[in-house]
Amino acid sequence: MKHLTFAAGVLCATGAFAQTPELTVYTYDSFVSDWGPGPQIEKAFEATCGCDLKFVTAGDGAALMARIRLEGERTGADVVLGLDTNLTAAARATNLFAPSGVEADYALPIEWSDDTFVPYDWGYFAFVHNTKLEHVPQDFLELARSDLKIIIQDPRSSTPGLGLLLWVKAAYGDQAEQVWKDLADNIVTVTKGWSEAYGLFLEGEADMVLSYTTSPAYHVIAESDTTKEAAAFDEGHYMQIEVAARLASSKQPELAQQFLQFITTDAFQSVIPTTNWMYPAVMPEGGLPEGFNDLVEPRNSLLIPEAEAEAVRDTALAEWLSALSQ
Amino acid sequence: MAFGAQPVRTWPGLAAAALVAAVMLAALVAVALRAETGAGLGAQDWSAIRFTVLQAALSALFSVALAIPVARALARRSFPGRGLLITLLGAPFILPVIVAVLGLLTVFGRGGWLNALLGLAGLPPVSIYGLHGVVLAHVFFNLPLATRLILQGWQEIPAERFRLAAQLGAGPREIWRLLERPMLARTAPGVAALIFAICLTSFAVALTLGGGPKATTIELAIYQAFRFDFDLGRSALLALVQIVLTLAAATLALGVSARGGFGAGLDRVVQRWDARTPGLRALDAGLILAAALFLLAPLAAIAAAGLPGLLHLPEQVYMACLVSVFVAAVSTILLLCLALPIALAAARMPLVEQAGLLGLAVSPLVLGAGLFLLINPVASPFALALPVTALVNALMALPFALRILTPKAREEVDRHARLAATLNMGAWGFFRLVLLPRMRPQIGFAAGLAAALSMGDLGVIALFADPETATLPLQIYRLMAAYRMEAASGAALLLLILSVTAFWLCDRGGRHAAP
Repeated sequence: MKHLTFAAGVLCATGAFAQTPELTVYTYDSFVSDWGPGPQIEKAFEATCGCDLKFVTAGDGAALMARIRLEGERTGADVVLGLDTNLTAAARATNLFAPSGVEADYALPIEWSDDTFVPYDWGYFAFVHNTKLEHVPQDFLELARSDLKIIIQDPRSSTPGLGLLLWVKAAYGDQAEQVWKDLADNIVTVTKGWSEAYGLFLEGEADMVLSYTTSPAYHVIAESDTTKEAAAFDEGHYMQIEVAARLASSKQPELAQQFLQFITTDAFQSVIPTTNWMYPAVMPEGGLPEGFNDLVEPRNSLLIPEAEAEAVRDTALAEWLSALSQ
Repeated sequence: MAFGAQPVRTWPGLAAAALVAAVMLAALVAVALRAETGAGLGAQDWSAIRFTVLQAALSALFSVALAIPVARALARRSFPGRGLLITLLGAPFILPVIVAVLGLLTVFGRGGWLNALLGLAGLPPVSIYGLHGVVLAHVFFNLPLATRLILQGWQEIPAERFRLAAQLGAGPREIWRLLERPMLARTAPGVAALIFAICLTSFAVALTLGGGPKATTIELAIYQAFRFDFDLGRSALLALVQIVLTLAAATLALGVSARGGFGAGLDRVVQRWDARTPGLRALDAGLILAAALFLLAPLAAIAAAGLPGLLHLPEQVYMACLVSVFVAAVSTILLLCLALPIALAAARMPLVEQAGLLGLAVSPLVLGAGLFLLINPVASPFALALPVTALVNALMALPFALRILTPKAREEVDRHARLAATLNMGAWGFFRLVLLPRMRPQIGFAAGLAAALSMGDLGVIALFADPETATLPLQIYRLMAAYRMEAASGAALLLLILSVTAFWLCDRGGRHAAP
């Protein structure tokens, strides 16, 4: 342990003491990477708040939630950004979060009236494929009947994986297990996270991969590559809404509230589409960037209400495991 | 303890081993104590345990069984580029998992090179996904390590034995029976236990190559308990199951390992007079070629994918390189500070080596969460991200280092301790004048492995990172998460180059300085 303390001393000695108030925002890792929204948002907020915005990261949304629960009331976070609608029930139950006091004109496909969680972006899960793929399936049943190969993520370790689980459950209810059984021979493999799955798809390991309807926009905007497309499914598409909330234990409640309000402004929202590759929760003044307009628009949006999500999730996981373990 | 100077002191090693065990167990207990709910082990957990043990046992078995002929071929042949080949063979072991999986599937996947070749030959494609895929991937990771460790066993047979065998007219078969088989009976069980332990905590590889939830390992069940259910009690319980399994395997290995050795030689260069028939030459050449092809093809795939992105990497990748090199350096020094005393103690008390295995046995997720819980009340875990990463990486490399160092330390202590005692040399003098110079090749190998492992490991940095201090593996994940697969492949190739260079520098340094 001697080495540890020594190394810590060396590291700490170089840190300067901040005079300005500091706002600590916990978020998932890809949000703050140099290619994510973090750096631009930090700059924009610091220009108005007279404070130091400090991002702290933890894996993904579920890891973030686990971190907050590990820390409990002693958490150093003022704001948590990066939970989604599958985690809000558990987050609410901890009683660690305070009302946001934010009202905005959201551009969500559903009504949003939550007093604690502020949505900052959203998207639809979808299967992405190459445009040259023939006979693109129109729904899960057609996919199951086809010879197409898909790669999905494990719901136990991945957010999109969990999204797909709830998507099938929301669309098929009691028939969900049978749908999974029929899909079993289409599934090449199940990966730990989104990156593995998408990487394998790009390498040509499968015809389709579970991702978002917005994924093709990345290829169009960043790579001028128009060969990727998301398949529109007739059942509708399951939504992911990503939210932020402030902690009741925060020592900077005003600043935290100011940040939550900032989330709904143009300065935040206009950064989202081309950095987080999701739809903005509030439509920025300039509208959506070119490349987002040609994306598939699901006929209807599926979302299991928060109160039922946990129970549905457990049943759906048990069905998924039993259908795919045979 | 005794009167007069003692050439070997065991207490520093015992203290270091106790420290390692204490850190691991404290992390586990910290998680268990925070438990609120805590369900026991269900039917799903038991099937995860069964699958984990099965795939780990098969992986260990195949890795060692295949490593023996390859190591024998390498031991009795010398050819240009042999040193380079041995260094490159170490590369799969030190790759970040996600990179290795993508490389493996480029070769063995549905649309991979192998199936393209089979297609050309008019044969039906083979599917990699399933238990055989998991074992294949684990053999890919661990065959090189097993080969190196077993090759080391061959090199520890004194040259005089081969000379005597040649004079007595012993052929390959007699040499196998008299020299090689007894050597393997001492080394192979330990190597198998080590690989079994590594494969026990496998998760992403097992899931992806296993083709779905059939391939659920204990580590995935821990993930589920931690993330899905936030059931810390169950996470800790499952982590404990991993520890028990690892220690059981290690104890079993220790039990079946043959004792004794070949005694001392005069440190001559080993010359071989056996196995000179054309048939055996062709056999060895074929074995070496097959192993090289199996291990290098996925590396070539990674290199081919990475080259386009390598030349215009974002500058953050270079920053991450610096961080990774720094962490690897600190981690390597830490490792040597722990491993040398423990290896010395283990030379006298074999059981001590087991403490080192804990570094592999404890689930990385539980270890990270546990350390987080321990550090959080006293300091900011984020300020300590890099030191903690260096420490954890050192702990993970410890079992490998001990496997490398302990046999040689034991041999040197057996051989020179009495003379040193007669000369009233003292522990420090013995360490400095006898052990350090004579163990340089092993120290170099262990240091190289630790440096490379630390460079490639995502480890706990993902749990502790703050945005500014990303290591290279973390930066690769970030690039992938931002859809930048080409840049990620480039960064992965850079990581591969860095890891192999670090390994090569340490390994070569040790061998060249050897007396």
